[in-house]
Order: sequence, then structure tokens, then C-alpha cells
Amino acid sequence: MWIYEKKLQYPVRVSTCNPKLAKYLIEQYGGADGELAAALRYLNQRYTIPDKVVGLLTDIGTEEFAHLEMIATMVYKLTKDATPDQLKEAGLDTHYVNHDNALFYHNAGGVPFTAAYIQAKGDPIADLYEDIAAEEKARATYQWIINMSDDPDLNDGLRFLREREIIHAQRFREAVELLKEERDRKKVF
Amino acid sequence: MFTTRKQYEPYVSPFDPCVPIRVKTYVTPPNLYIPFQPTNLPQFPLHEALRKGTLWKVFYDPYYGPYEAKKGDGA
Amino acid sequence: MKQLPKEYYELLEQLQMVDFALVDLTLYLDTHPNDYQAIQQFNQLAQQRKQLKKQYETTYGPLQQYGNSYSNYPWNWDDTPWPWQV
Ligand SMILES: [Fe+2]
Repeated sequence: MWIYEKKLQYPVRVSTCNPKLAKYLIEQYGGADGELAAALRYLNQRYTIPDKVVGLLTDIGTEEFAHLEMIATMVYKLTKDATPDQLKEAGLDTHYVNHDNALFYHNAGGVPFTAAYIQAKGDPIADLYEDIAAEEKARATYQWIINMSDDPDLNDGLRFLREREIIHAQRFREAVELLKEERDRKKVF
Repeated sequence: MFTTRKQYEPYVSPFDPCVPIRVKTYVTPPNLYIPFQPTNLPQFPLHEALRKGTLWKVFYDPYYGPYEAKKGDGA
Repeated sequence: MKQLPKEYYELLEQLQMVDFALVDLTLYLDTHPNDYQAIQQFNQLAQQRKQLKKQYETTYGPLQQYGNSYSNYPWNWDDTPWPWQV
């Protein structure tokens, strides 16, 4: 089971009321390479992968939910108390008429989240390579959002999240090495 | 050691209407260079580790945008 | 509405700091299960974390529920602020 902890993983701040940045950020909320897709991808793979990497998938999958909460917090703070006029100016008028200020699992282009974002091949190597690719894509997405953002506090949080993708990619690469079973062999002989 | 920013020069045609970007940069993050993390690598002190997003120094690879005071190493 | 004091943010970051090291060490140990030193560091931080949790919860209320934290009277789990509100 999962237990919620009433704190963020990282102290999230944003400098200004800026719905436009929220519009970009939603890519990491309900987009193909976003935090929701990551969490669901890793946790779902656990059931059909060798036992020695199940712990890693569980722990990274769980951390992704903490990242999802950070993204939600950023969106919340960037749009809290924004007027319909401000949302309109940010290009969020079409979001507003459907959802008011509510968060919705869609990407920056407004396409709703779909299970089709998450591959599950059942082949351990294919699935771990999918995970490595997903981490690199998430890292790249954070770069493109940082390039668009003039909010130093927001970028500080985004830099943290981007760095986590580097660590996750590292661990998934190591998981592949573990499954190759050549490391133990070197020690034994 | 390794570098995490690489550059290339795309082909520029006289018929490209946008102002050409002569040099493009892309990122090759630290995880590409460390096949399996060795034990006892140097760590950041805890308060820095949180701020930087990694406990181990070797993986620290910050990215700044064009709007930030620290000069953009992005595009 | 009550505002949180400066000390709240300091203690919270203290906790986030230790917890972050524990998360990063967890992922590391998932692929390095035989690193004795890292496990020592992990257990040491886990202990430190326990102290911080206690300290945080006496002033600012439960961090977890389902019985993983004690409750005041009245039930204070759902007291504001929530993490995204602070
Ligand atoms: Fe990730």
C-alpha cells in the first residue's frame, strides 16, 4: 500500500502569478513523458520483471508521485487567484471554460492523458530501455520548459526535478547491468 | 572527466528564412559516462544535496535557461 | 488565518534535507545492496529522521496518518495548510 506524507519532497516556490508558465508545466503533469506517466509506467512493470529490480521500480515509481505533487504545486501557485482575464491572456481560456482553475491531466497542447503513453512489453530489457528513454525525454522536457521560463524560483524547482531524471536514468542503466549478470560473475571467478 | 554539453554546426542554406542558428548545443548527461556507480564516491553535504537534487557530486549537471542570471548553457 | 512562522520553513527544510538523502541512498542501495558503508549511512540518517519527525509533529501536526503518527484532540490530520498551500 502507499502512505501519504504531508510534505513536499522539495521546497517549491514561484515568484509571480503567471498562468502562462502553468500552461507549459502541465506537460509534465499529464503529458506523454510527464510524472504521472512515469509513476504508472514503473509501478506497472514491477509485476513482470526479475525480482532483483522490483525494489528499484517501486522506489522510483513512488518518487515520481512526489514529483507529480511538486508539479501540481507549481501549477497551483502560478494560477491561484488568477482572474479569467489573466487566464485568457495566457491562452488558458479554453481550459477555463471546461475546468475553471482545476488541474486536468492533459499535456501543454490540451491533449488528455492516455494509457497509450505507457508501454509494457513484458521483456525486462525492452522495458528498462523504455524507462531510460522516458527519463531522458523527461530531462529534455524540463530543459525546454526552463528555456521558456523567466521565473527564477520556478526554475530552481525545475532544475531539481531535471537532476532527478539524471539519477533515475543512471539507476535504470544499472538495473540493466544487474540483469546481464556479468558483474557477479567477475567477482566469482 | 567528461563534458556534458556538445555542439554541432547545422547546414545553412541561403533559402532558410529564419535567422540561422550556426551552432546547436545538446546535452550528454553524466549518467552516460558512468556505467555502474563505483562505491564511496564524494558526496555533497546534505543541505546542498537537497538543493542540487543529487547526493553524489559526479551526477550534478545543472541546466540554466536564457532568462537566468547564470549564463544560459541551454540552447 | 494563522501564518506559519519562519521556524516552520526551517524545520521543514531540515526534514526534506535528511529525507532527500534517504531517498537517493535508497535508489543507490537498490542497485548496490552490498555497500556496507552506504547502509551504515542510511541507518544513521534513518535514526536522525525519526528525531526530526517527532520534533516536527509536536509543533506542526502529523506527517502521516493511518496510524503512522499520533493524533491530538480534536483530530488534526486534516488541519491546513496542506503541502501545496504553504
Ligand atoms: Fe524520473
